[in-house]
Amino acid sequence: MTSWPILSVIIFLPLAGALFIGFLNEDEAGVRNARWVALWTTLITFAISLIVLWRFDPASAEFQFLEKRPWLGGTITYSMGVDGISLPFVILTTALLPICIVASWSAIQRRVREYMIAFLVLETLMVGTFCALDLVLFYLFFEGGLIPMFLIIGVWGGPRRVYASFKFFLYTFLGSVLMLLAIMAMYWQAGTTDIPALLHHAFPRSLQTWAWFAFLASFAVKMPMWPFHTWLPDAHVEAPTAGSVILAAILLKLGGYGFLRFSLPMFPDASQALAPLIYAMSIVAIVYTSLVALVQEDFKKLIAYSSVAHMGFVTMGIFAMTAQGLAGGIFQMISHGIVSAALFLCVGVIYDRMHTREIAAYGGLVYRMPIYAFAFMVFTLANVGLPGTSGFVGEFLTLIGTFRVNTWVATLATLGTILSAAYALWLYRKVIFGKLEKPSLFNIRDLGWREMVVLAPLVILTIVFGVYPKPVLDISAASVAQLMDNYQHALAPVKAAMAR
Amino acid sequence: MNAAANISALTPLLPEIVLGLGAMALLMLGVYGGERTARAVDGLSIALLIAAGVILYLLPAGKLVGFNGSFVVDNFARFLKILALIGSAAAIAMSIDYAKQERQQRFEYAVLIVLSTLGMMMLISAADLIALYLGLELMSLPLYVVAASHRDSLRSTEAGLKYFVLGALSSGMLLYGASLVYGFTGTVSFSGIALAATHGGIGLIFGLVFLFAGFCFKVSAVPFHMWTPDVYEGAPTPVTAFFAAAPKVAGIAMFVRAAVMAFPGITAQWQQIVVFVAIASMLLGSFAAIGQRNIKRLMAYSSIGHMGFALVGLAAGTNEGVQGVLVYMAIYLTMTLGVFAVILAMRRSTGMVETIDQLSGLARTNPTMAFFMAMLLFSMAGVPPLAGFFAKFYVFLAAIKAGLYVLAVIGVLASAVGAYYYLAIIKIMYFDEAAEGFSAMPVELKVVLAVCGLFNILFFLYPGPLVGAASAAARSLF
Repeated sequence: MTSWPILSVIIFLPLAGALFIGFLNEDEAGVRNARWVALWTTLITFAISLIVLWRFDPASAEFQFLEKRPWLGGTITYSMGVDGISLPFVILTTALLPICIVASWSAIQRRVREYMIAFLVLETLMVGTFCALDLVLFYLFFEGGLIPMFLIIGVWGGPRRVYASFKFFLYTFLGSVLMLLAIMAMYWQAGTTDIPALLHHAFPRSLQTWAWFAFLASFAVKMPMWPFHTWLPDAHVEAPTAGSVILAAILLKLGGYGFLRFSLPMFPDASQALAPLIYAMSIVAIVYTSLVALVQEDFKKLIAYSSVAHMGFVTMGIFAMTAQGLAGGIFQMISHGIVSAALFLCVGVIYDRMHTREIAAYGGLVYRMPIYAFAFMVFTLANVGLPGTSGFVGEFLTLIGTFRVNTWVATLATLGTILSAAYALWLYRKVIFGKLEKPSLFNIRDLGWREMVVLAPLVILTIVFGVYPKPVLDISAASVAQLMDNYQHALAPVKAAMAR
Repeated sequence: MNAAANISALTPLLPEIVLGLGAMALLMLGVYGGERTARAVDGLSIALLIAAGVILYLLPAGKLVGFNGSFVVDNFARFLKILALIGSAAAIAMSIDYAKQERQQRFEYAVLIVLSTLGMMMLISAADLIALYLGLELMSLPLYVVAASHRDSLRSTEAGLKYFVLGALSSGMLLYGASLVYGFTGTVSFSGIALAATHGGIGLIFGLVFLFAGFCFKVSAVPFHMWTPDVYEGAPTPVTAFFAAAPKVAGIAMFVRAAVMAFPGITAQWQQIVVFVAIASMLLGSFAAIGQRNIKRLMAYSSIGHMGFALVGLAAGTNEGVQGVLVYMAIYLTMTLGVFAVILAMRRSTGMVETIDQLSGLARTNPTMAFFMAMLLFSMAGVPPLAGFFAKFYVFLAAIKAGLYVLAVIGVLASAVGAYYYLAIIKIMYFDEAAEGFSAMPVELKVVLAVCGLFNILFFLYPGPLVGAASAAARSLF
């Protein structure tokens, strides 16, 4: 094994970059340097995370690249590690950050240094969340992400940015503090906050239920699950493009990751008993928010609602607790991370040109922007879940995973895929096809080279993962299998009791 | 030989003796040197406070006792005395520029603060009711005077008078409670009371309630908080900065020591009181601050809320709880001093400004100041990874262990409500259009702000020393 703490390097390298930018001057050269420093920092971080991916042993279900140092005294330690469930999210995060920096290259002209610092700090906190192997440390990173995101929405956001940033912050904060109390209760019960140890700790049933609800409060808001999703459209609409990308692609995944990492393995009895509640919330999310998406007039709002619907598939698949459901949930999150990020970038492309997000303001873009129309088409189809795109694999796996457990839930969820086709294709038709009759659109430019650099890898990944999803599924397979084993093992006494 | 033994018996009091003699010497210097010595007295007082801290640090380790047990120096006392000395020294340093600008240079100010600090030190070490009362009054009387130190200002004199009248009332209640406790236990020493008060009779509980009412007044906990907003707003700003820091530390110290050392047998009884007080303070501190426009008034409600959170630790009544209180007070001290450094720097050519709108667009006009202020406010809201999160973490950790779930849930919800008004200030600094910039920040304020800000930002990297010291301090009480 390596002797140098590679995960800590990935986590704290962006922070070092942010610190460096903090010392740059606030003149023309300083701003230019800030962009380049941010880009290089995120690229190097991505490269190092690829080393982790390369040296990761997918056959093992154990945590790898472990680091442990004393921290808060007692059993609360600074403890880091990745397994097959967290690694895909780490890579997703480090891969999207350079894209965000490039996408903001010319779109952000105001307070550039601070903007880059906020993004780099955010990267540190997000990667830290996925790597943390101590509950308190996890909470630290999980909640810490609120500060840079609050500032990103509030400083660089749209007209209603104050409302959106406050709603985002307070909603998430309120949900999370309850989780903090549950973490404390678990600490006193188990005597440790070490996640690998807690994964094998049998909590008493009553604590499981309370803690499960407390974690749900936090993750349901973060995810977001219906009915706690109302902050998301506001935050998405007001955030700058790169902020929306991070929000949709990574911050939302923290909720799903939390369910996989904590709720299922640590509170199996409660998860089993309360899964119907999750099913109900997921179904409502899938059907209801898809219907809401149908009537949106704002580009970003439509995508935001579609995100909520897609996250419904994730929660449904995860709580089905079948191999397909779990793998599908993880794959759907990765796929949604790519596709929703790309969709928000697509919105950003035309928003930078026209400065409006109203769907009605566009039409006939295919005549002026053929390359854009192609890229947007790929992502729209992936959002619908067309076979051959990454969106299909995730939705399909979650659906068959759930079908084995609960036919009705799966059947109702299928409605969502039909509705998603309706709103996504409607959006595509309105914006791309039709007559090019609005005078303001006559001179709209097609993608510039920087925008192509940003979108091309996402197009490729969407299609590659659509026809060959094996790499993602393989990385997580061993960890998912172990999660299933432990879960069934923990439930065995309960099932035996019920059979009697 | 006997005399030598008598002298060495005074060793535990050495820091207090130095402070007392030093304060008198400075008073002489001021009286004979006149107003122009104010600068020198300020500097010398800070040096004196630092010297007292150094002597305290050099005292022999372990539990030292003086005056037949009514004065103890244990780790608990050491920890809190250091905090009180830091708070007072910073308060004097932060007043220097203000006094110059407002032409309020008076040597008495620093001397009074040193004397008040002496009272705090006595209070923190007090192990019987009489020593406690002596320390309390020595701490409070200079506070009344400095609150009114702006002699020509109506607001300042009103604040001083209000504080004095209510303070006297609360002292009366405390004395009444102390006499009842004495009457029902037959002793004033904490250890003696602890032996006698194994089960709560009605008279003893009655005395306890009055005693606690007095304590609550001093730490401005609900329902004895009414003086706080008016006094904070009316008193000159450096005085407010002082009020918010060191006396709160001493007040909490006396509260914790009396509750834990004198009444361990009837913990269940006083726990109810503290739980109620903590809940009421957290809720009032969170909700009442939302509508405030004056930043000093807002800080008053904020400090009421913070005292509520600190008392959550005491409500647990355990070793961990006391540790939580101590960590909380240490971090609270740095947050408060840092924020007041910013408030004291809110000065334009036309004079001091106090409404939060005046901070508008500070991130453009003074990015460093805005950054530190924002971090301190996030810290006050309890957002990780800043220090304020750890403060709340430890008190709630203790509350959960003690099974006080309702208290903990209400507490964290109150902290989420409280986050709103801290965010509102950050919004004004970062999201709003820039207003005219403030005058240049004096160097001593810069130092205080930078030290406090960096402490709050970097605390998570190396929390060990503070947490360890607090843990050792808490153990010395049990």
